Amino acid sequence: MYLAKTVAISAALVASLGLAHADETLDAVKGKGFVQCGVSQGLPGFSNPDDQGDWTGLDVEFCRAMAAAIFNDADAVKFTPLSAKVRFTALTSGEIDVLARNTTWTMSRDSDFGEFVGVNYYDGQGFMVPTSLGVASALELDGAAVCTNTGTTTELNVADFFRANSMDYTVVAFEKADEVVAAYDAGRCDVYTTDRSGLAAQRSKLAKPDDHIVLPEIISKEPLGPLVRHGDSQWGDIARWTLNCMINAEEAGITSANVAEMNTSDDPNIKRILGSDGDLGSKIGLDNTFCANVITSVGNYGESYDRNVGPDTPLKLERGVNALWSDGGLMYAAPQR
Amino acid sequence: MTTITKLPNGGKVYAGDLPDKPAPIRTDGLVAWMRDNLFNGVFNSILSLSALALVLYVLPPVLGWLIFNANWVGGADACRVNPDGACWPFVSARWEQFLYGFYEKSERWRIDILLWMLAIGIVLMVWEKTPGRHLIAMFMLFVYPVLAFFMMYGIVAVNVYWIAVPLLLLGVLFATLAGGFFRVIGFLLMLGGVAMLWQVGSGAVQAIHPLGDRALPIVDTPQWGGFTLTLVIALSGIVASLPLGVLLALGRRSKMPIISLLSTVFIEFWRGIPLVAVLFMATIMFPLFLPAGVTFDQLLRAVIGVALFASAYMAEVVRGGLQAINKGQYEGAMALGLPYSKMMRLVVLPQALKVVIPGIVNTFIGLFKDTTLVLIIALFDLLGIVQASIADPNWSIQSVPYTGYAFVGISFWICCYSMARYSRYIEGKLHTGHKR
Repeated sequence: MYLAKTVAISAALVASLGLAHADETLDAVKGKGFVQCGVSQGLPGFSNPDDQGDWTGLDVEFCRAMAAAIFNDADAVKFTPLSAKVRFTALTSGEIDVLARNTTWTMSRDSDFGEFVGVNYYDGQGFMVPTSLGVASALELDGAAVCTNTGTTTELNVADFFRANSMDYTVVAFEKADEVVAAYDAGRCDVYTTDRSGLAAQRSKLAKPDDHIVLPEIISKEPLGPLVRHGDSQWGDIARWTLNCMINAEEAGITSANVAEMNTSDDPNIKRILGSDGDLGSKIGLDNTFCANVITSVGNYGESYDRNVGPDTPLKLERGVNALWSDGGLMYAAPQR
Repeated sequence: MTTITKLPNGGKVYAGDLPDKPAPIRTDGLVAWMRDNLFNGVFNSILSLSALALVLYVLPPVLGWLIFNANWVGGADACRVNPDGACWPFVSARWEQFLYGFYEKSERWRIDILLWMLAIGIVLMVWEKTPGRHLIAMFMLFVYPVLAFFMMYGIVAVNVYWIAVPLLLLGVLFATLAGGFFRVIGFLLMLGGVAMLWQVGSGAVQAIHPLGDRALPIVDTPQWGGFTLTLVIALSGIVASLPLGVLLALGRRSKMPIISLLSTVFIEFWRGIPLVAVLFMATIMFPLFLPAGVTFDQLLRAVIGVALFASAYMAEVVRGGLQAINKGQYEGAMALGLPYSKMMRLVVLPQALKVVIPGIVNTFIGLFKDTTLVLIIALFDLLGIVQASIADPNWSIQSVPYTGYAFVGISFWICCYSMARYSRYIEGKLHTGHKR
């Protein structure tokens, strides 16, 4: 009914009818029966179509988790693939309900475009070099030719990094990631720089992946997280606590495999998370068991991570800073109580 | 019989027919052809040799990569083992995605039917001996697009307004413009429309379910994609831009100053901005003008943008044709007492359009290729869906992006080259006096 509805709504607007109030997103979503989620047009491990044409990835699974939290059905979600340029317009214009498109949480974006609800992946810009270069640290890259994408923050970060360490460099920039990889592989530059998740994804496209190493330095902070429109705090809470639920569940050891038996656990923390005790879910307009539904159909954060970007996937990304705080990482969710 | 008389000074006089001599070896056969066409002169010989060298240099690696060294069977692992050739399993694994995009899997038969109808329709229209060719053309031009829209989008319930209002408009059109029998039909249509609106007004009927239980489920436009989407955008652009372009061209040459000015402004506005800017305006600026919470179908925005853009170009092509027609043709038509509409329809336009067929098809081909620009506004046409597929980490192999782009290139080349060949054929068929 998308087209008919939008045309009808546009027509209604011409007659200057009133608008839906901002804090009615949950009602609107329940009314149409699915969450409209903005994702990337294709970012390995975060959102990409699989062979069957279904969207998969870490960002995609966050959207599925929200659908599970609201409808107890991880498939009650529709994806709007968005380019980096149109993503915020799509959110503010109401085309999508939530944006999970590996978007870096920055102060200006948080104030201009929407409300970030948390971080589902801590990324940072890194460097990849051929082992034959004999370099062990990014500080030894004086005079290097650096391959990167044009017009991104990566380019600016490189400039900052090299200037701060008073090193010379030349930029070899391309529009698309595939071109950057091809140029790097052909030896047109010494270093390839982009977000570390991107380095991992592109590495397997090199002729000899094992001849390249990722340097230890991380030169920028890229906390990637989902965001919602300003002005609807209930909807923001739903997104925030869906994410927190996945992280808390991992911390409490609740997985999609053991959620049924965990339901009968006596641990008060687990009972609160799964909603067998208390009324936390109803405070944000959902079932008290919303978190149990999320874990049953999507899994906890660790499961989602391992399935999409973890060591057993082609991306082979170690947990690193994305491990739980109790394991030395940065994933620290506010408690559900 | 030949008689030969010898002259005293040693000459000979032949009378009658001489037997034919064999043709000199260098005027026919392969050698002669090459001599005439490739090596007639030093400069051309150098050109031919360099071209041959270039072909020999480029072709073997290209063919080797595309065909001989390519991976044809197996999965991603086979391609990972042999990185020196194209990875065709990638295309065959995602063939359906490339064709249908994210269209609902259980509903893809609807697209199959439409594509077959399109293919058969085109073949029947192109083949000249088809009985009732005009009817088929009419069907493909006027009925098929509507049918295609409803089959792709789906029909569940039809709001009565959507029937009543067009009925009313059509009735008004007939009743005011046509005469006799059609005017009566026009009044009947108007009556029907009013009656329907009356029903809605009194709350008796809101929507009808034309297909009952066998309704076609709605498949929203964001799910449309792949080659189907390329066809949707290109064909609606093509079908809309030709009549619009003709109208604009006539408008620009009109002696009525306001119409002429408006047409000129429209044409120059759309020709003056790049298509990318049009698409960005349609997707980024346009929603900002609408109040929050209101959306307007993304695909519709893109199609309208592409169609208006192409119609401006089409208008200039047609205007070129109109200017090529001798003034005498206009004056002759007027001397016969033909009104403007008949003069254009019967005398000027058939000649003008014939002259500019290459230009028209050129615009069509350009439009067809321009549809790939919609990927920047996150519509997944053929190129867009291939690019999204490349991002799958399971297919993260060096040869996969190249294979994907090669596949897109070959697909587009087949479509565009067919259009070009057909235009050449039509030109040849219609060259009645304008060939130079």
